[in-house]
Amino acid sequence: MSSVLGIETSCDETAAAVVDEGRGVRSSVVSSQIDLHARFGGVVPEIASRAHVDLLTPVVAEALVEAGLEGPDVAAVAATIGPGLIGSLLVGVSHAKALALVWGVPFVGVNHLEAHLYASFLEEPSLELPVVVLLVSGGHTLLIHMEAPGHYRLLGQTIDDAAGEAFDKVARFLGLGYPGGPAIDRLAVEGDASAIAFPRGMRDEGLDFSFSGVKTSVITYVRKHPQVETADVAASFQEAVVDVLVTKAARAADQVGAKGICLAGGVAANSLLRERLLDSCIAAGRQAYLPSRAMCTDNAAMVAAAGWWRLQSDGPTSLAVGAYPNLRLPLS
Amino acid sequence: MIILGIETATQQVGCAFGGVEGVLASFSSARGRRHAETLVPAIQFLAEQAELDLQQVSVIAVDIGPGLFTGLRVGIATAKALASALRVPVIGLSSLDLLAHQVRRTNRLIVPVVDAKRGEVFSATYRQVPGGVQRLSDFAVGSPQDLANELLAHREEALLLGDGAIRYAEELDGDAGNVELAGVANAYPSASDLVELAHPRAIREEFVPAREIEPLYLRKADAEINWQRREHA
Ligand SMILES: [Zn+2]
Repeated sequence: MSSVLGIETSCDETAAAVVDEGRGVRSSVVSSQIDLHARFGGVVPEIASRAHVDLLTPVVAEALVEAGLEGPDVAAVAATIGPGLIGSLLVGVSHAKALALVWGVPFVGVNHLEAHLYASFLEEPSLELPVVVLLVSGGHTLLIHMEAPGHYRLLGQTIDDAAGEAFDKVARFLGLGYPGGPAIDRLAVEGDASAIAFPRGMRDEGLDFSFSGVKTSVITYVRKHPQVETADVAASFQEAVVDVLVTKAARAADQVGAKGICLAGGVAANSLLRERLLDSCIAAGRQAYLPSRAMCTDNAAMVAAAGWWRLQSDGPTSLAVGAYPNLRLPLS
Repeated sequence: MIILGIETATQQVGCAFGGVEGVLASFSSARGRRHAETLVPAIQFLAEQAELDLQQVSVIAVDIGPGLFTGLRVGIATAKALASALRVPVIGLSSLDLLAHQVRRTNRLIVPVVDAKRGEVFSATYRQVPGGVQRLSDFAVGSPQDLANELLAHREEALLLGDGAIRYAEELDGDAGNVELAGVANAYPSASDLVELAHPRAIREEFVPAREIEPLYLRKADAEINWQRREHA
């Protein structure tokens, strides 16, 4: 069995995983640094880099033990080479290359965005391509037509803030702390989603997104109505963002005739987004692929999966590779 | 016993193999591609040229700083991975100790100075003792001007070396005339010195487990500094 060890250190999760042939997760260990960054209200790059150095060796050891493998048993070592925080990426890349050298196995440099696209494969053995992937995180909002492994077409993207960024900024403004997504998700349950009609940026045109408008109008509204229930604001804001995401994903799937829609990225853990996308897919007779929350947020299993596919198509990556903070998704 | 040394504390990246008979092979580059790109291919190249199998390595020696944060993390992340994959222990040595070792035969006060960026330098003071040098002070981080004032107060002949001494030559070379600056030949700590100095320690088994070795930062992350200022304001 071809087992790939994946390593992920692009942001504030230190993660390692072992995956068989791009689909079978043998282990997936994620050490979150949320507590280290919470008091600063966001990820601090220097603190993240320092923590990765501390955490990576035990996290890799744990992933191997859980998988029941010795290092040299793995077929390859894959690590995220970008996009992400340069100092954090370098820790994972350096570590992975050294392991590959000692074990005498190929190293594979993985694009973090491409890795997110493979999260659905890990839990849906029946997944059939082509699909439309809605990749939503703190750094990205992308609609991608995934035709085959390695073949992606960009259908739409945000022209300003990423969806997750809007969640974080609104949560900070509302004093809900960090990370913002889960905080809004929790509070919204107690609020009235129809209380305030926040704008749906670019909802009825094309496949691109805009989230800076809704963020600004939340701020303006709360300043004008200081007595408003925070739960109502959170619920109405979330409703506006999810409405746009689901509408556009369905439109994208209609346009390319996709039989399924996959959710990916940290925002894919949002409960309303999962519920609405599922409803929309059922109504349209499409498959909805909703990976578990653990697979939506940053993890190394998706890196190991993407690494396995890349190893099949491109072969090993040179050990002279570095880290690339602004790496883009390779489009066909 | 074969020791693999990894040196990435300054803008120079280096590695070396050494043993009882001294340094067997070494590589260094102070320009060109960056640490993460260069280090692992350099180790691979060196092992091939010296006809060494990495499985023969019994200790990893690594420079733990102080120095450039990013470079140190590349070196230490690599050292930890090598040590855990080979199941061998690690020896951490300081960049300033390594620099002082380069000029151990002078009778003057030895002051290695490493560029800490942002207008600061890392430094410490050393003196020659039989068989090497002895550190007299803690590792310090501060402005070149502070270091110059301190040296003036010492009123002693001092030899300064390292990339920080070169970069801040003007500030450090005071009017008192008691300070001499070593040249570019002593700008960076070397991987060869690293394996040489690690050897006696390896014999004494002064090891650290791979997961416990960490960089000597001497400076908190900016966000933490600012946060503390806010909290105590
Ligand atoms: Zn991500």
